[in-house]
Amino acid sequence: MHRFANPARFVAIARPLTAWFGWSGAILIAMGLAGGLFVTPADYLQGDTVRILYLHVPAAWLGMAGWGGIAVASFMQLVWRHPLAAIAARATAVPGAVYAAICLLTGSIWGRPTWGTWWEWDGRLTSMLVLFFLYLAYIALARAAGREAGGQRIAAIFGMVGAINLPVIHYSVLWWRTLHQGQSIGLTGTTIDSSLLWPLPLTALGFTLLFVSIVLMRMRTMLAEAKVEARLKRLAAA
Amino acid sequence: MSMALNAWPFVIAAYAVTIVGTLALVIWSVAALRRAEARADALDRR
Repeated sequence: MHRFANPARFVAIARPLTAWFGWSGAILIAMGLAGGLFVTPADYLQGDTVRILYLHVPAAWLGMAGWGGIAVASFMQLVWRHPLAAIAARATAVPGAVYAAICLLTGSIWGRPTWGTWWEWDGRLTSMLVLFFLYLAYIALARAAGREAGGQRIAAIFGMVGAINLPVIHYSVLWWRTLHQGQSIGLTGTTIDSSLLWPLPLTALGFTLLFVSIVLMRMRTMLAEAKVEARLKRLAAA
Repeated sequence: MSMALNAWPFVIAAYAVTIVGTLALVIWSVAALRRAEARADALDRR
């Protein structure tokens, strides 16, 4: 991991990977969504609303994985002072917030015809909403910190502490049995029939690859901005 | 599921929200990257 600590080396590797991840992700998403919309049958109980699953589950996964990435990068920033760690954490925040918001919106849209309500203060929904607000707070904190080391450390600590919410989201359907259904996909199996399930790995992998591509783009943007700022400072001092 | 509601408007709304959100994120990221790299390249040439 420390081999990639050099920003120039990172950019040289990230440049081709950005395009590869982006395009392969877009192709997988298109295949998965087309399959989910036009090929899979309607569910016997939920009807056609089950098709929202192919968007909602990847969005939920990315909302949570995004914060997981922030927590890991923040840990690396605090412990090893990895120069790219703070940039990686900041680059992940906006895409993570967007997918947390998409998860909440698609869940709400699914809830109306299925549960008869747009929103319920259920454990899963509420903990996901908390995650979205944590993202907004992190973005504000990181922006306020700028390149100041003390502020960046505070943002990193916030990134690690906020990760406490991830197991709360995951286990919320077991701890508080309210409206949101229990886990339907686990490490050992699934309760979803294979005729409905097959587009989900395509969209989950596709959105994940696209997410990584966006994070790489944002990291490259931040590195280019830092380079410009440093050059301008040097020019002003000369 | 409530039988009074047609599911397709909800399905289309969910797909629209996700596709528009994702496209906006991608376009914003690409534009910001191009702008930042163009500024860095312009400084390199000075």
